[in-house]
Amino acid sequence: MDYEQVLPYIPNLRRYARALVGDRDAADDLVQDTLERAVRKFHLWRPGNLRAWLFSIMHNVFVNQLKSRRPSPTEELDENHAGLAGTGDAGAAAQVRDLERGLASLSPEHREVLLMVGLEDMSYEEVSRALGVPMGTVMSRLSRARERLRRHLDGEPVPAGLKVVK
Amino acid sequence: MTKDEDLSRLLHERFDAVLVEPVPARLQLRAPSWIAGARAAAILTAGIAIGLAMPFAWKGAPVAPGAGAAAPAPLSARAARAHLVYAAEVRHPVEVDASQQDHLVAWLSKRLGTKLKVPVLADEGYELLGGRLLPGPDGPVAQFMYQEATGRRLTLYVSARSKSDGPTAFRFAQEGPVAVFYWIDGNWGYALSGEIDKPALSRISTAVYRQLNP
Repeated sequence: MDYEQVLPYIPNLRRYARALVGDRDAADDLVQDTLERAVRKFHLWRPGNLRAWLFSIMHNVFVNQLKSRRPSPTEELDENHAGLAGTGDAGAAAQVRDLERGLASLSPEHREVLLMVGLEDMSYEEVSRALGVPMGTVMSRLSRARERLRRHLDGEPVPAGLKVVK
Repeated sequence: MTKDEDLSRLLHERFDAVLVEPVPARLQLRAPSWIAGARAAAILTAGIAIGLAMPFAWKGAPVAPGAGAAAPAPLSARAARAHLVYAAEVRHPVEVDASQQDHLVAWLSKRLGTKLKVPVLADEGYELLGGRLLPGPDGPVAQFMYQEATGRRLTLYVSARSKSDGPTAFRFAQEGPVAVFYWIDGNWGYALSGEIDKPALSRISTAVYRQLNP
């Protein structure tokens, strides 16, 4: 068993975590917890898709964190974002803000699928394995997540999660 | 209208910078120091240390000395492995959930060929989540899972007695992070597993034993 195998995935786990929870420190906490858990459970991994396995661990850690922490960490936008966007023009900065707000407005389930596919380029099959849900669920979540984020970016009214029946 | 590819491009534009950021020290885990560091930290958090040692401990354990062929793992090890695999499942911890308890018990009893009884552990703070059927060295095995309000889980593993299972005494084993109390009763082996401390598990195991042997 070679723990070195996990190391190449750390940058991707960090990128995904940053997009998932927004805040830099909270994202690295998530990565750290994931790595620790991966070490403990490494004996359960069977040669195969290590990336999907690591993301499945991160998913479990993330879900547990959501359960234990009431306030959503996505509400806090990373201060570093402004610095990054500051190098471009005001329009680009606004777009970055929009994207972050849009992501934060998604449900955690939708955000996970959107980021695994759109940012990490994972296949539906890998996402299905990582999240422990059927492929059909992955696809329907992805399409809803994209639709919602698109509306947000295009400035269209975003329907609330719960519809009020008149 | 923002297209799917545009969404993807925006995500990459915003977040790809993270890929080239220096990895913080706390995440820079070179294998040897990583393990050594974790082992050191284990003085504070025993659970992690045992978890790390476990894959190595298990390597040789199931092989009977001199036999050459692998003997079935002992009851406690099998129960602990099954616990690790399924108690960690967020979405599918059980095959049949507790809302269909009658069906669950009837089904597993039929498959194991014995009338199973499911202990009630509400007094210990654990509710039945459900159960599943697993393969064992001597036929099917039943696993019942319980959950505490905090989300902590226990599993009760019921398996046909294996020739290698030894005497009927009530015994304790620490299998990596998992504590296991196990005993043989007639033709059946029982093991209660959880990532909890020995005294607490002992108390609950006693409750399980009493309910199974009124």
